[in-house]
Amino acid sequence: MPKLHVEATINDEPAEFLCDPHETLLSALRNGLGLTGTKEGCSTGDCGACSVIVDGRLVPACLVLAPEAQGRTITTIEGLSSGDALHPLQQKFLEHAALQCGVCTPGFIVAAAALLDAKPNPTEEETRFWLAGNLCRCTGYDKIIRAVLDTAAHNRESAV
Amino acid sequence: MSTPREFKYVGTRPIRHDGVDKVTGRASYGADAAWPGMLHGAVLRSPHAHARIVSIDTSAAEATPGVKAVVTASDFPETTAALAMGEAAIDLRDISDSMIARTKVLYHGHTVAAVAATTFDIAKEAAEKIKVVYEPLEPVTGIDRAIAPDAPILHPALTTKGAPAGSITGPTNVASRLELKRGDVDAGFAEADVVVEREFRTAMVHQGYIEPHACIARCGEDGRVIVWCTTQGPFVVRDASAAIIGLDPAHVKVIPSEIGGGFGGKIVVYLEPLAIVLSRKAQRPVKMVMSRDEVFRATGPTSGSKIRVKLGAKRDGTLVAARASLWYEAGAYRGSPVGAGAMCALAAYKIPNFLIEAYDVVVNKPKVAAYRAPGSPMAAFAVESAVDEIARELKVDPIELRVKNANAEGDQAPYGPKYGPIGLKQLLETVRRHSHWTAPLGPNQGRGFAVGFWFNAGMNSSATVTLDADGSAAVVTGNPDIGGTRAAQAIMVAEELAIPVERVRPGVGDTDGSGFTDVTGGSRVCYATGMAVIRAAEDARDQLKARAAKMWNVAADAVTWQDGRVIPPPGTEKAEPLTVAEIAAKMTHTGGPIVGRASLYAPMAGPAFGAHVCDLEVDPETGQSRIVRYTAFQDVGKAVHPSFVEGQMQGGVAQGVGWALNEEYIYNSDGVMENAGFLDYRMPVASDLPMIETVMIEVANPLHPYGVRGVGEVPIVPPLAAVANAMRDATGIRFTELPLSPPRVLAAIESAARVPVGA
Amino acid sequence: MATVHLPSGLTAFTGGVDTIDIVAARVPDLIEELRHRFPQLGDHLNGMAVAIDGEIYQDPGYQPLQSNSDVHFVPRIAGG
Repeated sequence: MPKLHVEATINDEPAEFLCDPHETLLSALRNGLGLTGTKEGCSTGDCGACSVIVDGRLVPACLVLAPEAQGRTITTIEGLSSGDALHPLQQKFLEHAALQCGVCTPGFIVAAAALLDAKPNPTEEETRFWLAGNLCRCTGYDKIIRAVLDTAAHNRESAV
Repeated sequence: MSTPREFKYVGTRPIRHDGVDKVTGRASYGADAAWPGMLHGAVLRSPHAHARIVSIDTSAAEATPGVKAVVTASDFPETTAALAMGEAAIDLRDISDSMIARTKVLYHGHTVAAVAATTFDIAKEAAEKIKVVYEPLEPVTGIDRAIAPDAPILHPALTTKGAPAGSITGPTNVASRLELKRGDVDAGFAEADVVVEREFRTAMVHQGYIEPHACIARCGEDGRVIVWCTTQGPFVVRDASAAIIGLDPAHVKVIPSEIGGGFGGKIVVYLEPLAIVLSRKAQRPVKMVMSRDEVFRATGPTSGSKIRVKLGAKRDGTLVAARASLWYEAGAYRGSPVGAGAMCALAAYKIPNFLIEAYDVVVNKPKVAAYRAPGSPMAAFAVESAVDEIARELKVDPIELRVKNANAEGDQAPYGPKYGPIGLKQLLETVRRHSHWTAPLGPNQGRGFAVGFWFNAGMNSSATVTLDADGSAAVVTGNPDIGGTRAAQAIMVAEELAIPVERVRPGVGDTDGSGFTDVTGGSRVCYATGMAVIRAAEDARDQLKARAAKMWNVAADAVTWQDGRVIPPPGTEKAEPLTVAEIAAKMTHTGGPIVGRASLYAPMAGPAFGAHVCDLEVDPETGQSRIVRYTAFQDVGKAVHPSFVEGQMQGGVAQGVGWALNEEYIYNSDGVMENAGFLDYRMPVASDLPMIETVMIEVANPLHPYGVRGVGEVPIVPPLAAVANAMRDATGIRFTELPLSPPRVLAAIESAARVPVGA
Repeated sequence: MATVHLPSGLTAFTGGVDTIDIVAARVPDLIEELRHRFPQLGDHLNGMAVAIDGEIYQDPGYQPLQSNSDVHFVPRIAGG
């Protein structure tokens, strides 16, 4: 079966790739485009390591078919820093030591970015429930939650 | 002891050097690499938990377009060799057989064949065309079945090592028996005023690392092999793969990728030998990545257990006797951590009479691998639950009971030697003084307390510290960095050379570039490898002193080091103290590059205790519980980078909570795991946990220059009992079987409610 | 004179003796002497770790012993 040709906007740049019809967006990003920042932890949508934003919506890339990306706008972890400036979430994760092995970190940062877009001032509980779709086995989540809440506070201060 | 050392960098919290790569997704993990000409590997796995292999016909797979190689056990030499591989002498035959089945399949998911093809889909479809004829056998699905007189036997030649003289040693599924004894238990129980006896059970659980196993192997025309893989031990991958395949390890180089979690589960090889042999046959690199389903079914979870504990105490709270029998599942091949469980079970307590028997039991499940303090959490669950019962019977405060019986320096550990300095009593006092211990509880809430113990592994470590002309330094070890050890190593070098932490570049070498190093695990990296790093930095410092002496034209032993400078002997003409940067700038003129190095074999010494307080709230209508508050106390010796030590404590707590409340391998009667995915193998998520408070005390480990004790494993030991004791406090029910999942808790609550009041 | 302690499971091979005094400069000499005195011990000490004055060596190699060392044979354990 011949591959399908897909065009999309990925991290603010026009992108195109070839994919099998049954291939996931996760595979297309990692294998087709070499964007390996998005990780594969389970391929059943349960761990959040493959979190990306498609047309403004937080989704697990393993549950999106690659052809579905046609014409859409996609943000991956690679698109969060701009130039040589880290995204505030990335900076706060580093300061709070909110990562140990780091494999879940891209997924968490993308998911947290989506949270802060939707809710700039989340409570601890709202943050924990929003991020309940992202598994971390190393940290027990404590420092991750602190980093996200601190980013929200930092964003508020900068906006003033 | 002289005044404690004042540290400049040790104890600070610099941002880790590899941090930016991790938060941007640039860091390269096992599955993130791609090599030119790469093929993809897929595995055919047994559909039976126990069966004889009658025949394997790979012809249909080999004829499939796109398939470049197919392997079965016939491609691997038979071996009976044992490999002394670090922590435990590993029977290579078992590892080889577990990695690809030869005559029998012994667990559902056991590898039978592997295929390399131009795409993963082709490899997978081709693998399914391989025709295997099995003769199914009755599976042994747990400990009770395994030790029953009419049990199916997994290994006809297996005998019970360590069985009492004269007893029947085979055919059996009990691979070994270990006994630890002190005094006279019967006499001890005779003088006890209170005796508690219970049987406890825990289920098989998985380490749950988020990154599945992944590797790329390339075998060249000259037989030389390069392996890229996610591993806790690149030297283990090299030596085990070489031994299993029959290669010369000198021809194998292993490059460790960044590792997405291990916890002991990535110390063994699963894919690498398969990928190497496929690559040798296809003469192209072969990439293999496990699916999550495969990770659950076919890697190395930890043992389910059955533990009987009998404890006796006098009315004044003195523990006088203990008896424990431990049965741990080894999985399909012998080698559970039941020995460690036996050694740790009573580690906290000074008990004059005890008898511990430990049995290693094979069952038709995957061969177990290490999981964070292997063997200790289950033993602590049993013993700490029993101690909690004693405290209730005697109406004594749980901490007070432990203080009364706590081991201290000079006391004899249950496994024989005397303890050096240990922080158990200090820990208990710290808990007692903490606000959590006396905070009020709400309705349906309970508080549980438990202590835990784990060793501090030593073994082989190597390190080099190389100086650059600008006075910066690079430190390289062979330990993959799972939890921030590179940052800690940079701190150590910065401390010894008095240069800023940002000017140190910590790295992980491959098996050619770094001296032999035992695994990242066993809580050994900051301790043993840390010692090597410090000594390598000291070696570099000695060379810097010699260079300065040369520049000043004085004797090398006449110069001193102070506050980051080399000081000339008093009265030397035209000589001012020199910094590292100033001396390094002249390296070329004073003798060439400066490379500090050290290697050592460290003993296991400086074990550590943890003590946890857990507040839990139960919903009596659903049986669901949530952790309301959790404080983990631990003796860390010396926290080099406190953020990462806190992180180890919090991570261990989360895993222990999951083990206590929800995680378990659910098997059907055919020996097939029914919940091999993250949806139904329920690990804690962010909404399941509160902030996890950590309290560190530092009782220096005399063997380490900074006093470091290993910290990574201890924190998973107390939570099982802390949670179960909290559940007892909240519900009035003593649960002796984990996990405390809602259906189990609800059934027990409802059953207890049916018992008439006063019965 | 090192004092050697054997775990109770091995006393079946020593006629019940679990504490032995041996003069030896290094661990291999100690093990050889133990085997000499208790031939039934045979290979049972293989694969065990050795604690010397509280420090446990997974692989005892040629570790030296002091004149009054306290030596225990313990099971090898693995970390994770």
